[in-house]
Amino acid sequence: MDFSTLFLIIIGSIFINNFVIHRFLGLCPYIGVSKNMDSAFGMGMAVIFVMTMASTITWLIYTFFLNKATSIFGLDLTFLRTIAFILSIAVLVQFVEMVIKKAAPELYKALGIYLPLITTNCAVLGVSILNINSFFKIDGTPVSASFIKSIIQGASAGVGFTLVLVLMAGIRERLEYSKVPKSMKGMPISFIIAGCMALAFLGFSGMKF
Amino acid sequence: MLLVSIIVLSVLGILFGIALSFASKVFHVDIDPKIEHIEEVLPGVNCGACGYPGCTGYAKAIVVSGADPTLCAPGGHDVAIQIAKIMGTKASKKERNIAVIHCQSGGINNTNIKFENKGIPTCQAAILLSNGQNACTYGCLGYNDCYRVCPFDAISIDENNMRIIDEDKCTGCGKCVEACPRDLIELVPISKKVHIQCMSHDKGKDAKAKCGNNTACIGCGLCVKKCPIDAITLENNLATINYEKCVSCGLCATVCPTKAIEDRIQSRPQPIIIEEKCIGCTICAKKCPVNAIDGELKKAHKIDEEKCIRCGICIDVCPKKAIEVKS
Repeated sequence: MDFSTLFLIIIGSIFINNFVIHRFLGLCPYIGVSKNMDSAFGMGMAVIFVMTMASTITWLIYTFFLNKATSIFGLDLTFLRTIAFILSIAVLVQFVEMVIKKAAPELYKALGIYLPLITTNCAVLGVSILNINSFFKIDGTPVSASFIKSIIQGASAGVGFTLVLVLMAGIRERLEYSKVPKSMKGMPISFIIAGCMALAFLGFSGMKF
Repeated sequence: MLLVSIIVLSVLGILFGIALSFASKVFHVDIDPKIEHIEEVLPGVNCGACGYPGCTGYAKAIVVSGADPTLCAPGGHDVAIQIAKIMGTKASKKERNIAVIHCQSGGINNTNIKFENKGIPTCQAAILLSNGQNACTYGCLGYNDCYRVCPFDAISIDENNMRIIDEDKCTGCGKCVEACPRDLIELVPISKKVHIQCMSHDKGKDAKAKCGNNTACIGCGLCVKKCPIDAITLENNLATINYEKCVSCGLCATVCPTKAIEDRIQSRPQPIIIEEKCIGCTICAKKCPVNAIDGELKKAHKIDEEKCIRCGICIDVCPKKAIEVKS
């Protein structure tokens, strides 16, 4: 595993294949929690945290239970991956919430309600499934470095999500003080701005003629 | 295959369930039930008037570090009693504060402006541009920052774009006091009914010329001389009422040449002592700010109607309810 691959994964999932802008995952918090900067940042931090943890646990589940070549059962159970991943992500988030409530009350206060909120966020399940599609060989033995790659992709997908969410929150805070036509106030102008942002981010993937 | 997948999922579920229930035991955090009880009693508006971060923070502060249970402004005395009950202590009676705006200008038709401001329509932004667009550098900017920040809808805006504080709805949380960049709003006990509605330190002539409402304090000092209990002080061309002393008699409002003093009590009836009920305890005579009550111990007292300023303090202090107002 060389460094350039990891670098490409990081840049790729933050800017080019951004989860919100390019893959359209996690649109609900993108519109819902982007009203002010503080909560957007809190949500972003919680998403980075959960995505990294989810990438780790789903890799373990997939490798040791579901994938035929490496499974302890020796059976191909990959069709179970969606339900198994949802189950494990939900349990993981609950578990992590308990742990940090005990061990780090300050962190618990900062993440607050966002932690249980993102249990059911499609972006978290999305990153786990995309990890498999990008770094595993579906029918053969897994690539040796897939574990590290999965975690890196999970974390940087979270960073990308935070980036877009914070940018959006910044724009929407400014919007509060600008003159917007009455019919465009609130949601409509936010959607237009989301569209403009998506266009801008598309620039990263380059133009093809 | 079918059987294995069922088994795998159920084993996963059971394992996770055991892990979670185990974790909830190991990582159990003890929370004092009093905190939850107090949180339920508190209004939950998170205004911060108590000085703690939100209602949860205040509830914690009461239980953990023994904070004063009477600090909740929106909840008032009722909540203080309930908190004291939960904590097993007694709540002292605390008078409710309300916000008072010390300016009568700031509307569409009663503000003199230096220039037209087309920038961001908030007071905070307006004051950054040449110290505000209105001629008076002490007066209300008129962009309603206080109205937007009020969590209780206690501030309304009339047709003239003036801000009106609803005494019933205002809880004295102090959010508007913080929001006003000109420091025009003050928290005053609700029993105080006479207010000087100007904050201008300009010299008399300037102050009057700049005020769009013509009700600026010109620093003439008539109110200071008229006040029977010396509750008004004149400093830097501005008279201010010391609310700790003020008895809301309203005499200052009658002499103010520019009508800068507002008296919220419509009429003050003359109190009289009913001789049959009076036991001559002299409490009223001691409490009278202008010594208008005379009488020997254990004999019926009398009010000198020429001296009396009709503040009504004697009515409240009389233990036998022997003082009434003339109908």
